[in-house]
Amino acid sequence: MNTAIGILLGIGLLFNVLGTVSLYRFPDVYTRLHGTTKCTTFGSLFTSAAVVVYGLTKFFQGYEGRFVTLSLHVLVAVLALLISNATGANAIARAAHRSGIMPVRAVFDRLAEDEKTMGRRVS
Amino acid sequence: MVIFVASALTYLLLVWAGGSIEWLEVVIALVFGGLIAVMAKRWNPDMPLRHSWLNPVRLVRFLVYLFGPFLVALVQANLDVAMRVITGKINPGIVRIPTGLASDGALTLLANSITLTPGTLTVDANDESRELYVHWINVTTEEPKASDICGTFPEWARRIAE
Amino acid sequence: MTTEALFSYAAAVLGLAALAMLGRLIAGPTLADRAVALDAMNTLVVALMIILSVIFDSVVMVDVAIVYAGLSFVGTMFIARYLEGSM
Repeated sequence: MNTAIGILLGIGLLFNVLGTVSLYRFPDVYTRLHGTTKCTTFGSLFTSAAVVVYGLTKFFQGYEGRFVTLSLHVLVAVLALLISNATGANAIARAAHRSGIMPVRAVFDRLAEDEKTMGRRVS
Repeated sequence: MVIFVASALTYLLLVWAGGSIEWLEVVIALVFGGLIAVMAKRWNPDMPLRHSWLNPVRLVRFLVYLFGPFLVALVQANLDVAMRVITGKINPGIVRIPTGLASDGALTLLANSITLTPGTLTVDANDESRELYVHWINVTTEEPKASDICGTFPEWARRIAE
Repeated sequence: MTTEALFSYAAAVLGLAALAMLGRLIAGPTLADRAVALDAMNTLVVALMIILSVIFDSVVMVDVAIVYAGLSFVGTMFIARYLEGSM
């Protein structure tokens, strides 16, 4: 049990720290969003999985039922995190583009071209 | 209706503590679910939620999707981003992809999936032509198809939410 | 090493990672950078709360984490609306 939880926590912490590093290594808002959204969501998924494993093993070792409650609530929290993180990242990306921040070192930018030809925002 | 069922079930799940549920809690869940559904209807009358979300076949499909192709893509995405964080190699651009999805729920599901899968991030959506604008961290073609960006995800989104 | 000690070390590392994001929150050249840093910090704080619920042995902490996730989502949405200039 300790080894499994240790491995899960290790993977989760590795990705969370990588997300932090990506905030400093990438040049503009969009690439930073890539790094933080994916890495922190994935890392939090793994640290929460460690908590679920802990709760279920405690329950099967014969402790009382509140450890199942713990696991269920953690699952609800992870689901909320998955949905809200992805949607929040979309919202920030759209807001950044509308407030005039262009992607650094971009090969091309179809959205800005289309907005120029249509003369208005696309949605 | 969808909001009513979802909020009532979530409340019951959160108060459930291993044993049986008291009837008072069920009453509270129904009252609050109804209240939330009425408020949502009042503030946003044309909310694009349909009864098809309550279809159990679609929910099972959604779970299969979540633990099958989506999980694989999530793992790939994180290894990919980890390599880019370490090496710092990027070649970004914003591309336009046609989706061909009719309902708003399917488009939202696809946009959220794209955000969490390898090297792509949804920036904006065109409601009339049903196209998505995607920030791609490693551009290889000028005019990509949907399958270049996200594999079979549009198929899954159509089967789950349309 | 007991399991609780393992979780304590993980909580310490997560807290340090969240603190390290403060640098981008303060120095970010644009408002959007700050919004990104705040969003990532909120995610880490939710993960930290879930781990702390094991250390302090209380399910209530996870409920707090659920509510915190919802509130941080609403906060991010409002910042995004403000950046778009439609507020």
